[in-house]
Amino acid sequence: MIPYLLRRAGQSLVTLVLVSVVVFLGVRALPGDPALAMAGETPDPQLVAAIRHQYGFDQSLPVQYWKFVSSAVTGNFGISSRTGMSVTHSILSAAPVTVELALLSLLLATLIGIGAGVAAAVRRGRPTEWLANAVALLGLSVPSFWLGMVLVLAFAVAIPLFAASGFVPISADPLDNLHRMALPALVLGSGMAAVVMRQTRSSMLESLSADYVRTARAKGLARRQVVYGHALRNSLITVTTVLGLQLGQLISGAVVTEQIFVLPGFGKLTLDAVTNRDYATIQGVVLCTATAYILVNLLVDVLYSAIDPRIRIGGAA
Amino acid sequence: MSTATATPAQQTAPAAAAARRPGRLRRLIASPLALTGLVIAAVLVAVALAAPLITPYDPTLPDFDHVLSPPSLSHWLGTDDLGRDQLARVFYGVRASMQVGVLAVVLAFLIGVPLGLVAGYYGRFADTVVSRLTDTMLAFPFLVLAVGLAAVLGPSLLNATIAIGVAQIPAVVRITRAETLRLRHLDYVAATIANGGGDGTVLFRRILPNAAPALIVQATVGIPGAILGEALLSFLGLGVQPPSPSLGVMLSSAQSFIAQAPWMAVFPGLVIVAATLAFNLLGDGLRDVLDPRGGTA
Repeated sequence: MIPYLLRRAGQSLVTLVLVSVVVFLGVRALPGDPALAMAGETPDPQLVAAIRHQYGFDQSLPVQYWKFVSSAVTGNFGISSRTGMSVTHSILSAAPVTVELALLSLLLATLIGIGAGVAAAVRRGRPTEWLANAVALLGLSVPSFWLGMVLVLAFAVAIPLFAASGFVPISADPLDNLHRMALPALVLGSGMAAVVMRQTRSSMLESLSADYVRTARAKGLARRQVVYGHALRNSLITVTTVLGLQLGQLISGAVVTEQIFVLPGFGKLTLDAVTNRDYATIQGVVLCTATAYILVNLLVDVLYSAIDPRIRIGGAA
Repeated sequence: MSTATATPAQQTAPAAAAARRPGRLRRLIASPLALTGLVIAAVLVAVALAAPLITPYDPTLPDFDHVLSPPSLSHWLGTDDLGRDQLARVFYGVRASMQVGVLAVVLAFLIGVPLGLVAGYYGRFADTVVSRLTDTMLAFPFLVLAVGLAAVLGPSLLNATIAIGVAQIPAVVRITRAETLRLRHLDYVAATIANGGGDGTVLFRRILPNAAPALIVQATVGIPGAILGEALLSFLGLGVQPPSPSLGVMLSSAQSFIAQAPWMAVFPGLVIVAATLAFNLLGDGLRDVLDPRGGTA
């Protein structure tokens, strides 16, 4: 187990270094000169030079990269050229919104996905399975941004049950917070629910035909106990892995969901930074996103290998 | 001796594959869901190709006498905030979607398949380099990568295609590499090598044709992904630029009129759903027929 952990951690570290290089070079490949953009409409050459010096744009790329990495390691991503504020501060303000959105979506996806997956597997060949499969396929095919618009039209405009936009921190007003986060969470969680449903159904079908389930039935256990206590419990290993991997996808989905519902989260911060050529913020946000993605994948791999030893043996071969 | 053992072995796999082909097509058509997907996809491709012939309206020309008209006999899907015919814009939007869907997948395959073949066949250093590069790209969530690339390249249909294609490369590399690893140890590949077959022969005449089923399935998964990606990038202002029609651009402008003119949002969205659903159904059907190991989860 230890060699496997070390190998996976080493691979993740190499990936992280490569990611930092890609982010650094990618941001510098963006069209437009940020110093010129910051100097205003009629830029004074001296002011432009001063801005270049202040932000280190006049130094060589390796020096700029080293400064970027050594600061990033200490949690310092520089100053936003758009707001003049610390990028770390912007990230820390935006992160709770996205984390809450991701957790609510995950909760919805888990409840809907596992419930529908179990129902489809237990009632195989009946209308329930057909319906669950059809809804899952739709969930995979409906673009989240369109679903967001349709839900706003239905439940914020036609029947004003939920708010269409804006954010209130959960600490300020928990009920208003939920009132505003319900639709975004549903939009972000729907695609994931479809993936979880398909995975749960597939794993449950495999478990339900396994010998230990037959034995459990043979010894007279109640149907509920066989389904939930034996089959589902074992199916959850794979489902948990899929859920973990989907967490990374949530970050991607959050970009557009936050844009539709005007939520001041990570996604909106990313898009605003890209639109305004805000180098420091783009670097910080993308690096944090990629790091979170790598760490989640590493954690899922490690957890999975702890649960199922065949993974680490297979990986070592 | 080696020829005697190698020749039948070399011929067995392709011959058996050829013998199975008609059965596979019949099985695909026999599946109602896959057939539905195939028919919808064919209709959308036909619409994309014939867009200029089947609508009398110019999709970019404003008509201020018919601003925000609801669906009627003259404008079946209504008009938008500039009085442009929604049906004409949907037809041309489908054209843009299909173009991105196909070209992005072609781009991903042109780069991803050779990389996957090299990594899986040569292993060692080549595999390590390709795998680390793939891991690096996979560390960026799809949209973050696509948005970043679209921002670097500038907003346009071509650049959106490149951004989506590049974002799909890691998945193609992984599948090709996995298939190559599996196939390189099979008897008919070993027989080709024993017969003095060069790397090119082994890779392109033995491994690639037999990896095709998994790659075809991946392509049908990649197309709806690219269609959604184009709509999303255009929706965010990083793809097709107005006044050019695109389903994403249409949805983006519909946002401001969602209560006044819901048809502006409903129809383009339904077409995106139809397109992605069609390719997802087709992909599921093809997976069942071509690559049963892929499962349906």
